[in-house]
Amino acid sequence: MNNLSLADEKTKIQVRNLDFYYNGHQSLKNINMTIPEKRITAIIGPSGCGKSTMLRVFNRIYSMYPKLEAKGEVLLNGENILAPGYSMNRLRSHVGMVFQKPVPFPMTIKDNISYAVKHHERLNRREMEERVEEALRGAALWDEVKDKLDKNAQGLSGGQQQRLCIARTIALRPQVLLLDEPTSALDPISTGRIEQLITELKEQFTVVIVTHNMQQAARCSDYTAFMFLGELIEHGDTDTIFTKPTKTQTEDYITGRFG
Amino acid sequence: MTENTQYMSAVIPDVESESEKRAARDHRHDAWFRRIMFGAALLVLLLLASIAGSTLWGGALAFKTFGFEFLTSTEWDAVNGHFGALVPIYGTLVTSFLALLIAVPVSFGIAIFLTEVAPPWLRTPIASAVELLAGIPSIIYGMWGLFVFGPFMAAYLAPWINDNLGALPLIGQVFQGPPLGIGMLTAGIVLAIMIIPFITSVMTEVFRTVPVALKESAYALGGTTWEVVWDIVLPYTRTAVVGGVFLGLGRALGETMAVTFVLGNAHNFSPSLMMPSSSIASVIANEFSEAYTDLHRSSLIALGFLLFVVTFIVLAIARLMLSRLSRKEGV
Amino acid sequence: MSKVDNENLYRMRAFKNKLAMVLSCGATLFGLLWLVWILITTIVNGFQALNLRLFTDMTPPPGAEGGLANAFYGSFLMSGLGLLIGTPIGLMAGIWLAEFARHSKLGNAVRFINDILLSAPSIVLGLFVYTAVILPISAVTDHRVGFSALAGALALALLVIPVVVRTTDEMLQLQPATMREAALALGVPQWKLTLQIVLRAARAGVVTGILLALARITGETAPLLFTAFGNQFWSGDILKPIASIPVVIFQYAMSPFDDWHSLAWAGALIMTLFVLVLSLSSRLILLRNKAS
Repeated sequence: MNNLSLADEKTKIQVRNLDFYYNGHQSLKNINMTIPEKRITAIIGPSGCGKSTMLRVFNRIYSMYPKLEAKGEVLLNGENILAPGYSMNRLRSHVGMVFQKPVPFPMTIKDNISYAVKHHERLNRREMEERVEEALRGAALWDEVKDKLDKNAQGLSGGQQQRLCIARTIALRPQVLLLDEPTSALDPISTGRIEQLITELKEQFTVVIVTHNMQQAARCSDYTAFMFLGELIEHGDTDTIFTKPTKTQTEDYITGRFG
Repeated sequence: MTENTQYMSAVIPDVESESEKRAARDHRHDAWFRRIMFGAALLVLLLLASIAGSTLWGGALAFKTFGFEFLTSTEWDAVNGHFGALVPIYGTLVTSFLALLIAVPVSFGIAIFLTEVAPPWLRTPIASAVELLAGIPSIIYGMWGLFVFGPFMAAYLAPWINDNLGALPLIGQVFQGPPLGIGMLTAGIVLAIMIIPFITSVMTEVFRTVPVALKESAYALGGTTWEVVWDIVLPYTRTAVVGGVFLGLGRALGETMAVTFVLGNAHNFSPSLMMPSSSIASVIANEFSEAYTDLHRSSLIALGFLLFVVTFIVLAIARLMLSRLSRKEGV
Repeated sequence: MSKVDNENLYRMRAFKNKLAMVLSCGATLFGLLWLVWILITTIVNGFQALNLRLFTDMTPPPGAEGGLANAFYGSFLMSGLGLLIGTPIGLMAGIWLAEFARHSKLGNAVRFINDILLSAPSIVLGLFVYTAVILPISAVTDHRVGFSALAGALALALLVIPVVVRTTDEMLQLQPATMREAALALGVPQWKLTLQIVLRAARAGVVTGILLALARITGETAPLLFTAFGNQFWSGDILKPIASIPVVIFQYAMSPFDDWHSLAWAGALIMTLFVLVLSLSSRLILLRNKAS
């Protein structure tokens, strides 16, 4: 995590002049941000700063709710995903999301993983089994569940369920992984395992993680973006942000002057 | 900052269009899904309108023939084709109100018992017993009324009522009558027993919505159980409790079998509770399959329309009052 | 206030409280008394008339011996058909309410109307099926098709729909929003995730709703009186009148014949037992679901 600089990185996602409105009220103001490829970017900030909203723009999951609206440009691989012609289906196979509370589908572990894959690709049985194993290995869950793939996923522990959700997402072989406070509902040991998993995941995926836990951001991420009241205050490599922040608001947040 | 907008796409164009096709198909399917589900929901609305409309249409002949007199006449002559709804309407109202008079205090008592008085281990069995009572089909109540309670009334209660309450000045004539065992009083009692579990469960649910913190602070100030119920629980749930009563009324008005067995099928108007009468539902149940003139049948359907309108209004009021409670909860 | 006044005040309050407690216990005992009386009556009278012939013989004319076989079959047929027709409609409307109209005005209007239908007098529903279904079909088929098992099933379906709508709506709303979001984030279309994930996750509650609907229609007499009408003989033809347990009980109990009375009690007992078993089953399903 040394000698990192945004300027040297390849851009995966570029956010240009993004505004976001909830029921007329503006919750994101003129965001300009670059997410570098195959790195872990953490978005931090106090509650209500808009970090979760920002994350949800990246896969347009907000569009299932009628009162939410986004204006501006978000370029994934150079294409604007906010453009009306951009297919959601394609977006969601490129950008995966893991939520705060692990919610396994009411099916077996194997079916949980293969469910969405079946919708996007036509794989025969062997290919599907390989894909399931690949996903579970990638989520560091394979060894624990390889003998009980046909058991109901709801029997897993909290930490295992969250890894299952990660496996479910990477089974689609996305390019970007969005993690929304993935460990805040878990115990410290599970949290540690998932944090380690996240650092491994960046070899294959671009990771954006939202967290209210500053220590987690400092531990896991390469780059950190600090948001406050809907604006991007500061964005740079994690070491610099946490040791030599340039904006006072950043410094105040990091030193705990406000939460 | 290097703007790298050129990206080596590893994806073959064919796969892209495959995904486009899938996206379009999903979008179409979702639109159809939404339409079909909405259609089913619309059906529910349509159902209500159709019920009102069809009973009005079926009763139109009777309404046209008799006009407003339909509501005020006590005549019920199938042979000569004169029908008036007053006796059934009166019977329905009297039995329902009588049932409420008995059921509401009892349900209230049981609800307090279940929520405040009973020790925790007793609550589930008693609540289950109440639910059991609610699940018994109403025809069983009717049969029990006819074969067991009716004769009991005739043998013990009716003579007592006639002799003691019937002798009272002014209101005495309400209680005078031969010990038939069937009649408005018996029907009212059977109906009351039938709606007690129903009103009890609504009231219990309503009482349970009172925040525990509110009750605990009242107890902490030294309030007795009764005072907490009267001063805290009731005022908090007042509207919903009335809503529950209206719900019970709505059920009572529309009840057929519990009443038909024990009301008799008399079309004579009588102020006495001890005399047989008829209710709208019991008249329709007793006579519809044998009504062979259009006018007779139309009169019965017209009665059904009246019943529907009245129960609709009562149930709508009940629903409004109960929904205010859930809004208060912040649901 | 003097000490004596305070004591009197306490005594008064304690007395009121005691009185209220006694009355509420009394009310509970009062309610339980009726339950016990009614159940015992049903069990005793019904048990006396129980024998195997109930299930093998047809409903007899007065004075003859017989059973209730055709009535059981009729009830079975119409309840089954009623569930078959009403459950899908109820499920779909419930899905619409929970997934597309959770807070909308139209959704709340539908919920309002549905709640009214839930408690509406069932005899009026029978009248509706008579005027809207039987009369037109009778006219169209030249009076060859009048009262029928199908019409009875339709009336029962009208009773099933509001129950299923309400339980489906409630049970689906209980499912966490994250489950839907997670499926959407994976690119799964809404129709698929609703049917294969959300509905599946709520299946215990939904099945309970269906069982409750079945329990409800088992005991309903009024809507069958002038839709299915009745039939002394065995019939499997859905376009002809058919016997049913509640209607037979009604007819037999109101008659002056003793052997008809005992048959009525037998039917009443079996019907009550069936309803109790259904209620217990739905309780067990919910308990088992909560435990898992």
